Amino acid sequence: MDFGRISRRHLLQGGAALTLSAATGLRPALAAETTIGFVYVGSRDDYGYNQAHAQGAAALKKLAGIKVIEEEKVPETDAVEKTIESMINLDGATLLFPTSFGYYNPHVLKMAAKYPKNRFEHCGGLWSEKDPKNAGSYFGYIDEAQYISGIVAGHTSKSGKLGFVAAKPIPQVLRNINAFTLGARLANPSATTQVIFTGDWSMPVKEAEATNSLIDQGVDVLTCHVDGPKTMVENAARRGAFVCGYHVNQSPLAPKAYLTGAEWNWEALYPKFVKMIQSGESIPNFYRGGLKEEIVKVSPYGEAVTDEAKKHAEEIKAKFMAGDYVIFKGTIKDNKGNTVIAEGTSRGQQDAELEKMDYLVEGVLGATS
Amino acid sequence: MTTEAADSVQAAAAIAPAADPRFLQRHGARIEYVLIPGAALLAALAAFGGFIALYGKNPLDLYFYMYYGAFGTWFSWQNTLTRAAPLILTALCTALPAQLGMVIIGGEGALLIGALAATSAALALQAMPPLVVQLAMVCAGMAGGGLWILLSGGLRHYRGVNETISSLLLVYIALAILNHLVEGAMRDPASLNKPSTREIGAANMIGSIPGTDVHWGLVFGLIAAVASYILIYHTTFGFAARVAGGNIRAAKIVGLSVGKLILTICFLAGSCAGLAGMVEVAAVQGRTNANLAVGYGFTGILVAFLARQNPLAIIPVAILLGGLNASGGLLQRRLGLPDASVLVLQGIIFVFVLASDALYGRLSLLKGKS
Repeated sequence: MDFGRISRRHLLQGGAALTLSAATGLRPALAAETTIGFVYVGSRDDYGYNQAHAQGAAALKKLAGIKVIEEEKVPETDAVEKTIESMINLDGATLLFPTSFGYYNPHVLKMAAKYPKNRFEHCGGLWSEKDPKNAGSYFGYIDEAQYISGIVAGHTSKSGKLGFVAAKPIPQVLRNINAFTLGARLANPSATTQVIFTGDWSMPVKEAEATNSLIDQGVDVLTCHVDGPKTMVENAARRGAFVCGYHVNQSPLAPKAYLTGAEWNWEALYPKFVKMIQSGESIPNFYRGGLKEEIVKVSPYGEAVTDEAKKHAEEIKAKFMAGDYVIFKGTIKDNKGNTVIAEGTSRGQQDAELEKMDYLVEGVLGATS
Repeated sequence: MTTEAADSVQAAAAIAPAADPRFLQRHGARIEYVLIPGAALLAALAAFGGFIALYGKNPLDLYFYMYYGAFGTWFSWQNTLTRAAPLILTALCTALPAQLGMVIIGGEGALLIGALAATSAALALQAMPPLVVQLAMVCAGMAGGGLWILLSGGLRHYRGVNETISSLLLVYIALAILNHLVEGAMRDPASLNKPSTREIGAANMIGSIPGTDVHWGLVFGLIAAVASYILIYHTTFGFAARVAGGNIRAAKIVGLSVGKLILTICFLAGSCAGLAGMVEVAAVQGRTNANLAVGYGFTGILVAFLARQNPLAIIPVAILLGGLNASGGLLQRRLGLPDASVLVLQGIIFVFVLASDALYGRLSLLKGKS
């Protein structure tokens, strides 16, 4: 009896949501309560990539008239298509944030073509003219924040040996390693970054091994680019090394060892997107930015950061905020001695060549293959 | 949930006219096969409901959303069937060798190798008509997966290596080969931040069953499951396999060629998982990359054990687990349960069904005795 009552109530609700989303387009639905769906590839409390997005989602929950639904640990297979469809069909979601890189092609593109009235905002994809107009991709130039981390790391390290625990030698990761190293060498021209690739985005055992082995080699400041920096941060702090965070602020995990970190600023960007839609403005299909555009940010400095390091970092950060600082400016040599960016060439934030980066700069110890 | 409830109602109805003890003597064992797992499933759901109540959620909401997310709407059904499709094929990779008493748990590796082989075939035959490419992909996928599990079978037969361990370790070798090729020799230079092979081309994709958005992998799975059932229960080859599985020494004494049985069955088992890999490429991903390793092979082991290694029973069990996975998202969204709660339920079901094994042949009611 009880069961029947509940099911009827929920069915009516579900049915109402269905007819509502079918009968009305995106705009009118937004006028009333808007449902926004977030899909994460990992767990939303991973102190990393997914948590950064979940923090952005949490910022949306505070807005009036917005309902946020979330699903975590959705693999990059047709499971994500089904999750998106389920959010649209069963929950009436009109705006979707599939946040993992591997969701874009083919899954998000397929769903965008199938549901032309819904808006899809994908993190990391490279939207191009041939892709559906109701899909968009956004991403941040987090290498700018890594550069600031590098400056702080270069000032803090006593041995001049820095460590980087990285997932895969792909352009995004290489760009972070290179920016971190260039920043560190700005502070200490003889600093080196030893990099270890673990081979995948979430390999806690290998990340711990890499952290320990870097510290055994004399590294005293570490950072990383993996999905969940927790393993590296906790292990490095336990061994007495300093860390620079990534994705989100990990200082609660290691308050003494945490220097600063490169963070996403999705909690600033997502409300901006929603306001753009609410005011009838269209979100550019290809949306990018760095520190100045408030898509990335730098963690507050930890207690171990010296005044000198702070001053240097703030000085460069101010230049980024003014929009006139270029990290990848010639002459830059790779770690095999070849010139990769010639003298006089300046590759700014949005330069497409940087998206194809396949080298490690001078000062990085390690190889891409 | 409701199907199981219906099952037990049917079973109960079947018992009711059983005033005739001969009826029970004849059919008691069959009724047990439905009644015991059905009851185990209901018990598991009840236990999970209790667990959820401790979490402060209403178990009735839980059951409703599970039903709604898995079977409540046509969309939910399609969601469930899409998720069930690869599980049927990977479950066969464990269920077929189980007839010989072998425990193969490396379906994931065969799936990956099958996917790689199918992708290679498609990329090599780009100039051919789609039908030729698709057939070549099926053959390559099945051969690739088959040979992979054949390695385990061969190691067992010729060198006495435990097939459970070898098939599991071969999963990691398959994954390493896949990553090596995808990030090296077979990498599409345009796949910058997600190393992948080149795409097989939209024309070569096998698409969905007309009128649905469930891909053809479901039909492949159904055909493979029925064919396996016929092979195991209605052919002399299958009979020989079951004899060897029951008592290998007796099988040798009566002159059965046990080695041939092991190798053939291992090849067939692997080719099922390889076919699942081919379907993932040709119906879902369109290319090979690390996204293929999402654990279909491992969930297949669970399906095979829950189905008590019966190829036909694999179909409903795969649909049930597909439904659990399909409703998992709704549980996260509506009840705010963590993703792991679906894993907890799968674990509880697994334990209850395995524990219920002890009941077979012990229900005196079903023996036709008073």
